[in-house]
Amino acid sequence: MSQATLFDKIWDLHTVGTLETGETQLFIGLHLVHEVTSPQAFQMLDERGLPVLHPERTFATVDHIVPTDRQVRPLADPMAEEMYEALERNVARHGIAFYGLDSDYQGIVHVIGPELGLTQPGMTVACGDSHTSTHGAFGTIAFGIGTTQVRDVLATQTLAQTKPKVRRIRVDGRLGPGVYAKDIILSIIATLGVKGGIGHAYEFAGTAIEALSMDERMSICNMSIEGGARVGYVNPDQTTADYVKGRPHAPSGAAFARAEQYWRSIASGPDASFDDEAVLRAEEIEPVVTWGINPGQSVGVSDRLPRLTAVTADERDTAAAAYRHMGLSENDPIAGTPIDVAFIGSCTNSRLTDLREAARVVRGQKVDKRVKALVVPGSKQIAQQAAAEGLPEIFTDAGFEWRGAGCSMCLAMNADKLVGDQVSASSSNRNFIGRQGSATGRTLLMSPAMVAAAAVNGAVTDVRQLLN
Amino acid sequence: MNDAVRAVTVGRAIPLPGNDIDTDRIIPARYLKSITFDGLGEAAFIDERAAERDAGRTHRFDDERFAGGSILLVGRNFGCGSSREHAPQALQRFGIRALVGESFAEIFSGNCTVLGIPAVRAAAADIERLQALVEQDPSTEVTVDLDAQTVTAGTLHCPATLPEGARHALVRGTWDSTALLLAGRDRIAATAGNLPYLNAFAG
Ligand code: SF4
Repeated sequence: MSQATLFDKIWDLHTVGTLETGETQLFIGLHLVHEVTSPQAFQMLDERGLPVLHPERTFATVDHIVPTDRQVRPLADPMAEEMYEALERNVARHGIAFYGLDSDYQGIVHVIGPELGLTQPGMTVACGDSHTSTHGAFGTIAFGIGTTQVRDVLATQTLAQTKPKVRRIRVDGRLGPGVYAKDIILSIIATLGVKGGIGHAYEFAGTAIEALSMDERMSICNMSIEGGARVGYVNPDQTTADYVKGRPHAPSGAAFARAEQYWRSIASGPDASFDDEAVLRAEEIEPVVTWGINPGQSVGVSDRLPRLTAVTADERDTAAAAYRHMGLSENDPIAGTPIDVAFIGSCTNSRLTDLREAARVVRGQKVDKRVKALVVPGSKQIAQQAAAEGLPEIFTDAGFEWRGAGCSMCLAMNADKLVGDQVSASSSNRNFIGRQGSATGRTLLMSPAMVAAAAVNGAVTDVRQLLN
Repeated sequence: MNDAVRAVTVGRAIPLPGNDIDTDRIIPARYLKSITFDGLGEAAFIDERAAERDAGRTHRFDDERFAGGSILLVGRNFGCGSSREHAPQALQRFGIRALVGESFAEIFSGNCTVLGIPAVRAAAADIERLQALVEQDPSTEVTVDLDAQTVTAGTLHCPATLPEGARHALVRGTWDSTALLLAGRDRIAATAGNLPYLNAFAG
């Protein structure tokens, strides 16, 4: 059993008691809400005549269904507008802060939490969205929940949870140029499997992780869930404190000093023990591209696709299904695979540093004529910061569309969708069948810089050839 | 509290082969664009069902032989991906009352429990046998017993487990977590009173 890890310390501090089911009743310090998974929860609350217990610990935004071209009300899609209105009604009635389209802070829920300084080390964070694990980058226990559990948090600010095991994943050494956090997490998932993390929280540690910016740490924790782990986290350090300092909801002055003390105290110390450990070398990681229908089916960009006989018996059926859906064949090189769409966005990779890296690749280049390319910043704040650096022009000069903030083609609940069996190079997190809006659409996951390289060449390309 | 318990589920079964079936496949995102869960039953696996029809085949959810089946037999890592509760909601509204699988994604199985749907785990070999049995004779009656922690079908009798918290809730009919959690109201306030970020440096 793990002991004295960040996970153990936060868990203990937030434990309300043990329920008759044997589960722990866990206090949730921050509850984030969006339009898709909340309306039924509010409705269930109303049916029982229950108030929101801690409206001041609850924050809402709209991201999944918002259009990214014309962000004006009423939304062109009547169903999207209805969802938007339902959220507006619910937050107004319950006194919940709402960062809607008219706010400068609207954006993807997992992007704006940190940006607003709402996400702070040592908290528990819940949201009706599986990528809530993103907030673990700050040294939190953050996890996704279903709609009925959203009701639980609204009504009680707590959840019934069973404590998972804690696995430390050390990534030591230094990443090579053109290799990013996205490549680390895709490599981890390829190594440990898409279900390897079930029943576990992942602690990401080691020199390569410590060297990452907060943006990059968020990309890694974001995809913990793709490895089966509901929770992934990085211990808070100076990088974390520097990021939080000065943000709208961050403590300031003497309170910040007290906060930092707490943040340091909850990090896993030398006395921490883990249920198990995995180790990767950063030098051995190259840009990674998925070729299949789950995020574990990936290869390094210079590799060939696996032969079915080389895939473990367990994975063979899924691999065969992937080849059928993707129209790819065993032993093909992944580099050179033609693409139709390039998508830079999502809560995995739509932050300022992602856009900067992608812009480095496309500066002075042109998007291949056959490719539809779009950049969807994760939040209005990012869009503004990017504009201040001149990034939108770099993208649009190259032939990218520059859009407003939202989830967009990550799950295609707005108008941004693949058509037919288009192949998309995507900086998002899921390559499931149908994920990007077309049942026959095909998704290749990769880093934003790799998406940019694929956009320019019209095919999967090793970005290191374009970065000099 | 619920007026029913879920200790035993009896019914015919639907075998659904394949591993890593994600919630996007169970219910595509476009069906999430609604402020209620109504109508999700018909949309369960809708894209896969259409694809099978186009290919001249029949998806298990459209297969007459398994019509009315209430126990879904699945493979490994079922329900991975998105946390959407719409997935178990769709299955429940389709008529599924219990799932038997090799393993389930955690958020998915948690969502099942709060809806009163047991998602029990059985060994891969046992699931293969169960699926084969039901394929051969779709009228086979399958029993998921949470007290005995077994699944039985014909002469087949195999161990089946689920996390103790979920088992307890389903057997006792206390899967309505909100009621359970609200009972500890005073302790909730006490815990909040001890959290440094709600007190010592509240922003
Ligand atoms: S960007 Fe994609 S993964 Fe992230 S919250 Fe939106 S839909 Fe979910």
